[in-house]
Amino acid sequence: MIRVSIVGGSGYTGGDLLRILLFHPQVEIHQVTSERHAGRPVSSVHPNLRKVCQHKFVAADELEPCDVLFLGLPHGQMMHRLSEFENLAGMLIDLSADFRLRDASAYQVWYGKAHACPDRLGSFVYGIAELHREQLQTATRIAGAGCNATATILALHPLYQAGLVDSAVVEVKAGSSQGGNTESPGSHHPERSGAVRSYKPTAHRHLGEIQQELGAGNIHFSATSIEMVRGILATCHVFLNQDLDEKEVWKLYRGAYGDEPFIRIVKERSGIHRYPEPKILAGSNYCDIGFERDPHSNRLVVISALDNLVKGAAGQAVQAFNIARGFDETTALEFPGLHP
Amino acid sequence: MGECPICAARVDVAGDAIAGELLVCADCGAELELIATAPVELAEAPTAEEDWGQ
Repeated sequence: MIRVSIVGGSGYTGGDLLRILLFHPQVEIHQVTSERHAGRPVSSVHPNLRKVCQHKFVAADELEPCDVLFLGLPHGQMMHRLSEFENLAGMLIDLSADFRLRDASAYQVWYGKAHACPDRLGSFVYGIAELHREQLQTATRIAGAGCNATATILALHPLYQAGLVDSAVVEVKAGSSQGGNTESPGSHHPERSGAVRSYKPTAHRHLGEIQQELGAGNIHFSATSIEMVRGILATCHVFLNQDLDEKEVWKLYRGAYGDEPFIRIVKERSGIHRYPEPKILAGSNYCDIGFERDPHSNRLVVISALDNLVKGAAGQAVQAFNIARGFDETTALEFPGLHP
Repeated sequence: MGECPICAARVDVAGDAIAGELLVCADCGAELELIATAPVELAEAPTAEEDWGQ
């Protein structure tokens, strides 16, 4: 059994990590930290884990050595405490943004400050299995990708890899759980409920990792909060540099993702679920991707959907963990979502 | 084995299938009509149309 501890386990991502790892046949949860809730039962914060998780939160200074640390700390903390955590575990899986970017100057651009240990940026493998499976097999430092970035990168990677993109504009519709479990004036129910709010029309921080992973500067990104708790729907307007018919797009995506366990191409000819939608993906590790070619222009619309807390965070991290430890990649991640 | 005319997926056609049978593409969900068996030829099945009669 692999002894796993979760640092920063009281957040939504920490809760989903626990929900998944508690049913992982090769994992024993050792400790779960929370400074605010130390001493209280984990299930007092994550009520869905009543009778499933008997752990109590501990403070970070009570952490004991283990095999793997999953880190769900707020952005900007991990890079200051890297050596502390490296002394506790041989494998670190960081779900914050601190080690996603490989280039220190890019970190400065997107996060507005200098990185605390720029020499270590290259030592983390970016955690999207579909792009970095081979590197993950030997990785001991993994950086979980941003949720919006994951939806965008998975939607567009086959097209960028094939050199087919002139430019792309991505509009993401995001659920409220992206904002974490700390309240703000914007999350106050009378303000948030029913809102369709452009919260980042330009300069979203995830664009840095999107550009890095797609190798592209010709991509633009906007994000809108909508009435949804879990989920992301990314609508990607791709302007192609050559003519492609739908059959060729099918072949491209089938070639890229046909063998991927958690990517489904969703483009039905009939019915009410013709394109990806996040509702049926809640709690699952799937990313659904569909597309439609505009018959009147060179635009290809690629649509992707996922659960931001699972494929966009905790599930993706467990998938990377499974690969790095040599387990079946789908272990503990088979839940298919709910319908309706 | 045939090819879906919509998405180019491989479509299984039973050895004893006969022309006129309807199949569904597992990838894109298109309803297909088996036009010919040797060689296999598939076309998108016509959708139901109103019959105005005479």
